[in-house]
Amino acid sequence: MTETLLSFEESLERFDPAMGLEVHVELNTNSKMFCGCPTEFGAEPNTQVCPTCLGLPGAMPVVNRTGVESAIRIGLALNCRIAEWCRFARKNYFYPDMPKNFQTSQYDEPIAFEGFMDVDVDGETFRVEIERAHMEEDTGKSLHVGGATGRIHGADHSLVDYNRAGIPLIEIVTKPILGAREKAPQIAKAYVAQLRELIVALGVSDARMDQGSIRADVNLSLSPKGDGGLGTRTETKNVNSLRSVERAVRYEMQRHAAILAGGGSILQETRHWHEDTGITTSGREKSDAEDYRYFPEPDLVPVAPSREWVEELRGTLPENPTVKRARLQAEWGYSDLEMRDTVGAGALALVEQTIAAGASPQAARKWWLSELARRANDTETDIAALGVGPADVAAVQALVDAGTINDKLARQVFEGLYAGEGSPEEIVAARGLAIVSDDGALGAAVDSAIAANPDVADKIRDGKVAAAGALIGAVMKEMRGQADAGRVRELILEKLTPAG
Amino acid sequence: MIRHSAAELAAALEAGETTSVALTRACLDRIAEVDGSVHAFLHVDAEGALAQAEASDARRAAGETRGPLDGIPVAVKDVLATEGLPTTCGSRILEGWVPPYDATVVTRLREAGLPILGKTNMDEFAMGSSTEHSAYGPTRNPWDLDRIPGGSGGGSAAAVAAFEAPLAVGTDTGGSIRQPGAVTGTVGVKPTYGGVSRYGLVALANSLDQAGPVTRTVLDSALLHEVIGGHDPRDSTSIDQPLPALVEAARAGASGDLTGLRVGVVTELGGEGYQPGVLARFTEALDLLVEAGAEVVEVSCPTFVHALATYYLILPAEASSNLAKFDAMRYGLRTWPEGVESPSAEEVMRATRDAGFGDEVKRRIILGTYALSSGYYDAYYGQAQKVRTLISRDFAAAFEKADVLVSPTAPTTAFRLGEKLDDPIAMYLNDLATIPANLAGVPGISVPSGLADEDGLPAGFQVLAPALADDRLYRVGAALETLLAKKWGGPLLDRAHALAEEAAR
Repeated sequence: MTETLLSFEESLERFDPAMGLEVHVELNTNSKMFCGCPTEFGAEPNTQVCPTCLGLPGAMPVVNRTGVESAIRIGLALNCRIAEWCRFARKNYFYPDMPKNFQTSQYDEPIAFEGFMDVDVDGETFRVEIERAHMEEDTGKSLHVGGATGRIHGADHSLVDYNRAGIPLIEIVTKPILGAREKAPQIAKAYVAQLRELIVALGVSDARMDQGSIRADVNLSLSPKGDGGLGTRTETKNVNSLRSVERAVRYEMQRHAAILAGGGSILQETRHWHEDTGITTSGREKSDAEDYRYFPEPDLVPVAPSREWVEELRGTLPENPTVKRARLQAEWGYSDLEMRDTVGAGALALVEQTIAAGASPQAARKWWLSELARRANDTETDIAALGVGPADVAAVQALVDAGTINDKLARQVFEGLYAGEGSPEEIVAARGLAIVSDDGALGAAVDSAIAANPDVADKIRDGKVAAAGALIGAVMKEMRGQADAGRVRELILEKLTPAG
Repeated sequence: MIRHSAAELAAALEAGETTSVALTRACLDRIAEVDGSVHAFLHVDAEGALAQAEASDARRAAGETRGPLDGIPVAVKDVLATEGLPTTCGSRILEGWVPPYDATVVTRLREAGLPILGKTNMDEFAMGSSTEHSAYGPTRNPWDLDRIPGGSGGGSAAAVAAFEAPLAVGTDTGGSIRQPGAVTGTVGVKPTYGGVSRYGLVALANSLDQAGPVTRTVLDSALLHEVIGGHDPRDSTSIDQPLPALVEAARAGASGDLTGLRVGVVTELGGEGYQPGVLARFTEALDLLVEAGAEVVEVSCPTFVHALATYYLILPAEASSNLAKFDAMRYGLRTWPEGVESPSAEEVMRATRDAGFGDEVKRRIILGTYALSSGYYDAYYGQAQKVRTLISRDFAAAFEKADVLVSPTAPTTAFRLGEKLDDPIAMYLNDLATIPANLAGVPGISVPSGLADEDGLPAGFQVLAPALADDRLYRVGAALETLLAKKWGGPLLDRAHALAEEAAR
């Protein structure tokens, strides 16, 4: 199963990568794209369905206006032109989780087209051109039972949940990204991260990669270095974390390079991304000859957003991300490096929300980039999906600011948060983490530390105040880190130095 | 009682001379008596219809009658979803399927208080002009049981012609209401596209389909049209405008005065290929309209000669996609492939579609799949859409010169069962005159014009009006009906004897 890979460096010596990214954004509308069914995630299978999204004979679709509104806002935020008139189209193919055996999508008349997004990588700006953003409906979900892999091969039977069928999706397709060279993996990641941030700022999606509300497909091809052409591409499906976007690009570059360098040719196909092993495996072969027999959906009238409406929606757009980053950096007083790390970790919006919840900019950055980024990395989870949100982080910092805990204890609070033990306050109480600053308890500990370390005590009595550190350490050890270190120092000096 | 029009029955109910239960029972009795021969119904819901009739009578007693047709029984073509009643579309693939919801048309029938007698037979998925393509056996023409009742809505037309129901609902994609009306001596109306909701109508070709009334009189059609028509937010293609005053137009037309009306005879919808007796009745009817004060002008719609070819690209293309949902995964027939140990979903789909669809359906799925294929799309589907636009323009130009356009509804009277079954092109040609209206979305009516001399079978007179001007159909149709009845000394259906002879045998 393991494929031969060329090293990343060598692949760049011989080839130029070209990338195309297709990102599906599941909108957070209250109802589905073409019917009134609710869209809540995680409901009992087949409870959020009706004749229309089940594709029952005779049922008809009606366009969700909020879905169109979200599509236009995404288009505008990506600097796209908005169609004055466009239609839905049927994409015809048979699959058991697709109730009508066609997907209502858009074909040659997307709602938004010809845009761009400026992506920041290592302080440089790279422009990613957007080809189109179009509206479509999601399919149902198949669950293959009885096999080892959860895939259809080897499965004993399959179950289908149509709750997801008909949930509105916006598919955002880039033009081929050329000239990215060694930055290709980072640009891919940064593009998806920034797109995600934009979607969060627009408020049009839950933007949870781990729940599939943002799904990325990575198209990649190599051409001989300097050749300027486009090679045969593969399409790696459902790359569902920012980290994996980067890894998938890197992996496919190295895999393609090994095949091409060995005189082989690339098979045009879809590839499955394996989050656990970090590799791709062959999916179904996909040729350009695959014929979806697109034609305009005759059950729906064209979508013709008035220019007034489009301009009204333009007025609701959040600040341009590049401008916004510059503004936030100034407001927060971050260095270029601090800002770049924050963006790179996919934590900008999280940090912003944490600051809004009351934490200082440096504290917010500290927790997200040290504690939470590390945790995300260790558990291979998206940083936004750790189960710890901006409000929690701000609450932890508030406890530090109030002197209830210190940074070291705060890390234990985070452990409690990961484990779902409740709010930061509850965790502090339940785990008994609060710092002791009560003179009675501290005084006793100080007395026993003095008694146990007479030589250190003598040094302090002789005026060597710096030796107090050893006694403080002893007190902290006895109190399992929960002593107020400042007060302990004061007590030691009060007891051992004549002037008090 | 069963021979009365719906309007007459409504008056009798109003006057307390009869009850909805009595009326419904009479229809059910008639069905029991003749449907063994006619086979207009695929499913009869005696219990449900009688319960609805009782409820109607109770409303009337309480002074809460819901409208002019409250209590008048109706038959519904089996292509419309009916909650709790089987809906098969004449196909094996939907055998036993009971929808969990009502089509909007059905909801409106229920809300207006019309007891639903049952579901009527049709060509499978409305593909055909003879009802012989029903998977459940053909319907026979009450005028001659060896002949076809037209199609695809032969069941609805035959039910009305055989006095099994005073009213029926049909659907018309290329003539499936009007052509059966013509060959059974009944009235059928295809409303303006978007005038009647398609929600719950199992689509044949979405851009062409339209449900409409099937009745014995023009006024009855107007009454039924007003019940089922009007805007429906569940159908995006439904027109958000009030219906014109249809019943009023029918009543006005019944005076027989058409002074000032310009009637356009379409050159391309007549002549070669039309049966002499059909043309003779058409010309006589036209003369009557002139006597009533109408002015006749000849109009040419040159693109109409391409209508049939255009239709047989657009329809199969849309149908091939619509019918993809019948895959054995969620409802309907499920066939296991023979000799396959543990079949995949795809294998079950294939086996089911092979067993569940009839030949005509398969033929059109193949045609449509081909027409939409990449590399052929522009030449076929794309080109057909362009011709469709030209046909609409021909209509627009013709309606500059005339208020309504007229033609024979179908080129022939009812042919014999089996006569055209092996010749799909000959079958398709029967819809030559009705198809252009579907392509352009304009409304049309077929009114009985008399019996052809050569076979003594009914012929139809078609009136077409501009989109949204459905009221003109009723005005002209009612005038012609009045003038012809005067000439004949009674309705045409009084001269249908086949069923009486059958009963006597």
